[in-house]
Amino acid sequence: MSASLALLARDLKLAFREGGAIGTALGFYLVVIAIAPLGLGPDLNLLARIAPGLLWVALLLAALLSAGRIFHNDYEDGTLDILTCGPLPLSLVAAIKSLAHWITTGVPLALLAPLLGLLLNLPQQASPFLVLAMLAGTPAVSFIAAIGASLTLGLKRSGLLLALLVLPLYVPVLIFGVATASAAITGPASPWPPFLMLCAFSLASIVLAPLAASAALRIALR
Amino acid sequence: MPDLGPHAGFILAAYGVTLVAIVGLALAIVADDRKQQRLLADLERKGIRRRSAGAAKPARPARKKRS
Amino acid sequence: MPSLANPTRFLTLVAAVVPWLTALTAILFATGLYLAFFVAPPDYQQGETVRIMFIHVPAAWLAMFGYMLIAVASLGTLIWRHPLADVAAKTAVPIGATFAFITLVTGSLWGKPMWGTYWVWDARLTSMLVLFLLYLGLAALWQAIEEPGRAGRAAAILALVGVINIPIIKFSVDWWNTLHQPASVVRLGGPTIDPSMLIPLAVMAIAFTVLFVVLHLIAMRAEILRRRVHAMQKTQVEHAALAGA
Repeated sequence: MSASLALLARDLKLAFREGGAIGTALGFYLVVIAIAPLGLGPDLNLLARIAPGLLWVALLLAALLSAGRIFHNDYEDGTLDILTCGPLPLSLVAAIKSLAHWITTGVPLALLAPLLGLLLNLPQQASPFLVLAMLAGTPAVSFIAAIGASLTLGLKRSGLLLALLVLPLYVPVLIFGVATASAAITGPASPWPPFLMLCAFSLASIVLAPLAASAALRIALR
Repeated sequence: MPDLGPHAGFILAAYGVTLVAIVGLALAIVADDRKQQRLLADLERKGIRRRSAGAAKPARPARKKRS
Repeated sequence: MPSLANPTRFLTLVAAVVPWLTALTAILFATGLYLAFFVAPPDYQQGETVRIMFIHVPAAWLAMFGYMLIAVASLGTLIWRHPLADVAAKTAVPIGATFAFITLVTGSLWGKPMWGTYWVWDARLTSMLVLFLLYLGLAALWQAIEEPGRAGRAAAILALVGVINIPIIKFSVDWWNTLHQPASVVRLGGPTIDPSMLIPLAVMAIAFTVLFVVLHLIAMRAEILRRRVHAMQKTQVEHAALAGA
């Protein structure tokens, strides 16, 4: 247990020290939401209707921006080889690194979303549901992104390739995440069914994704 | 050809695109197959042997390509 | 299948079988097209455009069949280390992707006369679009990794992750679709298929399946030969280096 916590603490420390990655992801999120209305027009009613979807899509893209970093630095300097020989099973290592990505990227993005929602005239009553849905869904985003990161370790143009591989797998997160926020806006349908399905998908990802990621890591490290 | 109705263009377009896609795919696959067979034949003629080919290949006088 | 595990024996099998299967494909398509155009009646609601169904539905089935084949081959690569498994998986990608593409295009051309637009986000087409994207991802990964061993194993993992996700994606897309289109029965092909159309549909489906098998076998042969050529070219370079040294 202490080894796991030590690894988590190390990854968190490195991420915060590096700083730029988190800031860039947040900055990217802001920029995308800021320029979207320039392309869509200032009609507040239109923006309000598409706000949940737009906020979710931009979040997915921003999270994917920093996904390459989940294993990259440790791969480059040999730490990953050492971790495979260490006391922790490789799948647990992958899970801890995915968790670190969620804490340093998913959570900040989710917390920033309501503020950006103001730019899109997101209705007040939807904000808490949006944040809740994002907090519930971003674990899936991080854990599935780790699969992409491990598959594309050390490859050229790995960032774009990672996004291409992983975005189709985010379809359930997107559908249920947006539905949770939209249900809070448009009335009678309850936001809880899609929210629960989102939670189920995240939990399944947390359990299963590290298995795929560690298998892919072994292939990359051979 | 029976009368295909007012939307004949769409029907023909659908069958046309399918035909082009399938023929294109088939040509690409067959061309690649022929190319690999040709390359393999060239290499075998030069006397290069596969490590796992064993005694299956007919005996050939070894031709030195370079002196 | 231990007897097919030997690449050389597999090549012999392919050489023997491909001519017959090609002839069978031609016969099946001739029969199927005749049935599709001259025997099947026009649909009560859709008129003649229903003839597009005879391509669209088999192409959809084969796009899904292709991915299942890749998933099984991926298990073969990762678990049983079958020597031909990654060859089967790699060569099935462009074929399956082509069928997915055909499904999308014929679906679009079928939708325009029916609903007035070239694209609708109904559950089936949307799921097929996601499947097409999964195929593209596999193709991109195969292309990006040079070493064929690593490429085969990485693509196998991606394929298995995809196949596990496909039912979940399908479920979420269906759910999303009913959320946004509660009233209309928007089903490409109508609620039921009349028996007089089932036989042409079945013949076309079998024709497309045999076509898939033929193309897949030829592509597998080409891939096996490509690897042999590559190995022999490496030997050639080694010999030249030794001779020149």
